[in-house]
Amino acid sequence: MTFERTRGDRLAAEGRLPSERVALVDLLDRLLSGGVVVSGDIVLSIADIDLVRISVRALFMSIRESEPIRAYEPVRSREPVRGYVTRTDRDPYGPED
Amino acid sequence: MAADPGAGTYLYAVAAEETAGREDALPRGGAGRESPLPRGVAGGEVRAIGRAGLVAYVSTVPLDQFGEEPLRRSMEDLDWLEETARAHHRVVEAVARETAVVPVRLVTVYSGDAQVGALLEERYDDFARALARVAGRQEWGVKVYAAPGEEPDEPEERRGRPAEAAARERIAGEEAPEAGARERAAGEEAPEPGKTPERPGTAYLKRRQRQIRGREEAWRRAGARAEDIHGALSSIAVASRRHRAQDPQLSGRPESMVLNGAYLVDRERGEEFARTVERLRGQGGDVQLTGPWAPYSFAVLDDEDGGPRGGDLR
Repeated sequence: MTFERTRGDRLAAEGRLPSERVALVDLLDRLLSGGVVVSGDIVLSIADIDLVRISVRALFMSIRESEPIRAYEPVRSREPVRGYVTRTDRDPYGPED
Repeated sequence: MAADPGAGTYLYAVAAEETAGREDALPRGGAGRESPLPRGVAGGEVRAIGRAGLVAYVSTVPLDQFGEEPLRRSMEDLDWLEETARAHHRVVEAVARETAVVPVRLVTVYSGDAQVGALLEERYDDFARALARVAGRQEWGVKVYAAPGEEPDEPEERRGRPAEAAARERIAGEEAPEAGARERAAGEEAPEPGKTPERPGTAYLKRRQRQIRGREEAWRRAGARAEDIHGALSSIAVASRRHRAQDPQLSGRPESMVLNGAYLVDRERGEEFARTVERLRGQGGDVQLTGPWAPYSFAVLDDEDGGPRGGDLR
């Protein structure tokens, strides 16, 4: 998935692409937060904000399911560093006496 | 069209009738004629509804997928979402190749063609203004990434813009400046007798602090570069807009995105815009150009800004 997206981006940079080659995430940027908002009778109660939230959640869930290691590992390894940035007096890497 | 209780009318885009291509280019409501447009969402055939000098491009969709409740489920299904988004995009692109077009947001569904016709009449002025705004113009997308080593440490900040992140870091840093100073003083000036002059932990701390300060600096630099690029491109564009930075998990890139811009550019200045993007490359960090797109990010009706369903133009 990663490979295809990156390659798609590179191809996209070279010129116009058939819609199949447009990266989904770039497309959703536009289709979910762009475009005229008119109230459709059927989807009246789905606010545009909801659509963005729901869809991004869908994207995340899908990616996490297919790439569990990639998705979780960086978060774990970065966690202690975050504590360090904001609280220099309680550094987990600090001297252990 | 007789309302089928199990079917709805899906709206893709609106164009002006007088510029909506030649008779042979795009359909204008001739139901029997073969459509030169690609298939729409759910495989439906795209047709045109003409009213009041405007043309709406629509197709019929089954409500068991596109009704309100089913949509909530459907939108959570990535395969369905992708298929629908791409079909929507294909139709909008096909129309945009022929004429100025105002794309409508994904999954806007009406109970029948009559309601779409009524919409064209009621909102004629708004659509006409929106069409005038995008006519002869194309949208370009430009994404700028931080250079390797310019990453912020905190995963949270990867999602924010660097300028905001820098501000947050400054605030965070002010919370405990004393502690850091004490630590340094203890390590550098008053080593206790019998101990090594600098304890390994302290050395580590100092190294980390330098590293973090360096990163803050680099992250601010990436943010400033994004602002410069956005400014330069905005001066060529007639309108610009910043989309939310894509998360590294979605962009498929390890680097943080510092700019996800959309620019509405006169067709004649497209080359100039692309050349400018080319020139702005090589200042560090990757710069990617996508497009030309139909003017998705700039298709707004005038009352949307203040209205209850207002579009977010930030």
